[in-house]
Amino acid sequence: MKNIPISAMIGLFFTALYFLMAIFAPLLAPYGMAEVVGDVWEPRSAEHLLGTDNIGRDLLSRMIYGGRTTIFIATAATILSFVTGSVLGFFAAVAGGWVDQLLSRFVDLIMSIPTLIFALVVLSVMPVTVPVLIIVMGLLDATRVYRLARAVAVDIEVMDYVEAARLRGEKIKWIIFREILPNALSPLVAEMGLRFIFMVLFVSTLSFLGLGVQPPEADWGGIVKENKDGIVYGIPAALLPAFAIATLAISVNLVADWVLNRTTSLKGGRG
Amino acid sequence: MSEPLVKVRNLKIGATVYPPGEKPHDIEIVHGVDFDLQPGKVLGLIGESGAGKSTIGLASMAYGRGGVKITGGEVWINGRDVLKSKLRDVRRLRGAEVTYVSQSAAASFNPAKKIMEQVIEAAVEQGKFSKKDAEARARTLFAKLGLPDPDNIGERYPHQVSGGQLQRCMTALALCPEPDLVVFDEPTTALDVTTQIEVLMAIKEAIRDTGVAALYITHDLAVVAQVSDDIMVLRHGNTVEYGSVDQIINNPQEDYTKALVSVRSIHHEEKAPTSEPVLSVRNITARYKGTNFDVLHNVNVDLHPGQTLAVVGESGSGKSTLARVITGLLPPRDGEIEFAGRKLSADLAGRSQEDLRELQMIYQMADVAMNPRQTVGTIIGRPLEFYFGMRGAEKRKRILELLDEIELGESFIDRYPAELSGGQKQRVCIARALAAKPKMIICDEVTSALDPLVADGILKLLLELQKIENVAYLFITHDLATVRAISDNIAVMYQGKVQRYGGKTEVLSPPFDDYTDLLLSSVPEMRLGWLEEVIANRKMESAGN
Repeated sequence: MKNIPISAMIGLFFTALYFLMAIFAPLLAPYGMAEVVGDVWEPRSAEHLLGTDNIGRDLLSRMIYGGRTTIFIATAATILSFVTGSVLGFFAAVAGGWVDQLLSRFVDLIMSIPTLIFALVVLSVMPVTVPVLIIVMGLLDATRVYRLARAVAVDIEVMDYVEAARLRGEKIKWIIFREILPNALSPLVAEMGLRFIFMVLFVSTLSFLGLGVQPPEADWGGIVKENKDGIVYGIPAALLPAFAIATLAISVNLVADWVLNRTTSLKGGRG
Repeated sequence: MSEPLVKVRNLKIGATVYPPGEKPHDIEIVHGVDFDLQPGKVLGLIGESGAGKSTIGLASMAYGRGGVKITGGEVWINGRDVLKSKLRDVRRLRGAEVTYVSQSAAASFNPAKKIMEQVIEAAVEQGKFSKKDAEARARTLFAKLGLPDPDNIGERYPHQVSGGQLQRCMTALALCPEPDLVVFDEPTTALDVTTQIEVLMAIKEAIRDTGVAALYITHDLAVVAQVSDDIMVLRHGNTVEYGSVDQIINNPQEDYTKALVSVRSIHHEEKAPTSEPVLSVRNITARYKGTNFDVLHNVNVDLHPGQTLAVVGESGSGKSTLARVITGLLPPRDGEIEFAGRKLSADLAGRSQEDLRELQMIYQMADVAMNPRQTVGTIIGRPLEFYFGMRGAEKRKRILELLDEIELGESFIDRYPAELSGGQKQRVCIARALAAKPKMIICDEVTSALDPLVADGILKLLLELQKIENVAYLFITHDLATVRAISDNIAVMYQGKVQRYGGKTEVLSPPFDDYTDLLLSSVPEMRLGWLEEVIANRKMESAGN
């Protein structure tokens, strides 16, 4: 861990900061999440470090709680999408033939519909709760992960060591989890960083459109929605979540870049 | 003696390495090499992989490839120290005074341009010839190198000529600007043995006729003996021995050179076939999916317990396809395989665990035959666990026994493949195959990616293990020296058919059919004048020509 480049250090620091804030939100937030503690759109003051929002709740507290919701949903959806996407992708690559055709064409079908529209349609008929959000986002995003995992696995699948495992008579489970997965991990981990950020943006978009996290629960997209009218009056409350999303995105990407560089070095990432 | 064309003094070359988990640091890969090269002479640089031979070759063009830096010494060409020259002067040198022929012509030609364009490019660019004169010269060179239809071959694209022809085109490319020095970097290594000697002859004649000096880099001493005047033997970036061809071949001084000259010292007496063959291949005809020609035609071979059947042939002869059919990866169109007294299912899925266990395989490239994320212990231990249900201490004990059999120590058990040398990797693959206690092992070109001395060790080990375990080998190779060393029976394959089949002595004794004769006569022999003799006595042109 000595040779971490400075950019990755910065990335790691801010990523850790955001995650810690999310985990310890109740301890850090000065006020309750939905507590009305002041006037509408109060400016910054000693009591309210970031001012108050459109109905007089403390903005800092809402940002911290909102970050918690956003990061939690994005993380859970990313994990879901990676587990389903990569397992199915590996399976398609190893099984080949009509299994591969069926899965790949189905994924093509899903991908041909714009994700946001698809999500909006699904969420408008389903009850919008956090688990439903996670499942919808996770499964829609799994199509992207599937494509990557399949492409990576197809390359690994033709290696002699996989052939050796087949000749030994190994079952598909061993081939996927013991032969392919360890070698596919580095591109997948790097992709995970990117996908996580897309998830943050996705959940924020949904909330902004009113089909994501429901009030009074806070999340970054929701905070933008609630405070967007303030922009006309020069109130910066709506810009804060945008700033938070941007910094989180950059820092996670710095970390992902480092992982990618480290694992695709000249030595073939076997370090 | 006149002033040498090339004078290299105390050449030192370094590189920066990036070991995982450590700080990058500089290492020296060539430690002070000296040599002279007179105009019109050929110096052979020979050594194992990692000896620094290619690096030295490129350094004579003042070039270091992929992070390699020339750290000290002098390289004088035509009375100028090129290492001290300005980049502009060096650029005028490259492609005009010094040219380069690389190992893989197929990878070096631009597939989107015609051969002629590429052959004359350097000569025209450097202002040596006008386009018209350069083309005329190229045609003369094509003719001199024995290329068919020399007037028009330049109008073809690289994929429209064979590998051997392309390698000769690259030689024409190097000779086109009338250089003083050509660096040949393993120019025939990627070619089949029968094609190799024609290219070799063409190169030799071209060098002689144009009076150019050459550095000839190879790992094959027998090849270099045919074309060079002097030989320099390199090892780990040091000169081991430097002398005339005659002296190096007939009177080597250093132990390492002696070992190189006498390599393949293995003697193996042919064994008579025992009663029942362990493997019988009956009338196998096979083709790949989506193609409409048979890669194998009616192949019949037998392999007896504890013996070795060598399947020999050039690339494209179908020998690896035969292995795929036997392992069940490619179900044949016709014919059947009998193994250990029972009929084998054509398809891998239809075979029992017993079938799979008793038929193991060792691959050509040990690097990719082992999962880079598994330790040696896991790699060898998995068959034990899978076939015999071994666990814990019992498994570990057996792994250590196997490591001992392949002459590696206990400390290897926790290493990853990346931490092993080429020979050690291949040994681990052998142990993995043996762990299954097989009746038969298919060895697919297992030594062709290894340096000669290492390959020799692997062959000795295989023979040793055969005696102990009574395992049969189906040995696929293009290398007749290997065949001579280890086989009991030989099948010579040519264009998907078994051309000649029988006991070793029978197959290797005259009268020969034309193809076997071509194949046998093409194996470079370590004596002077062999090349000319062979060319004079040939009955048949090679397929790759």
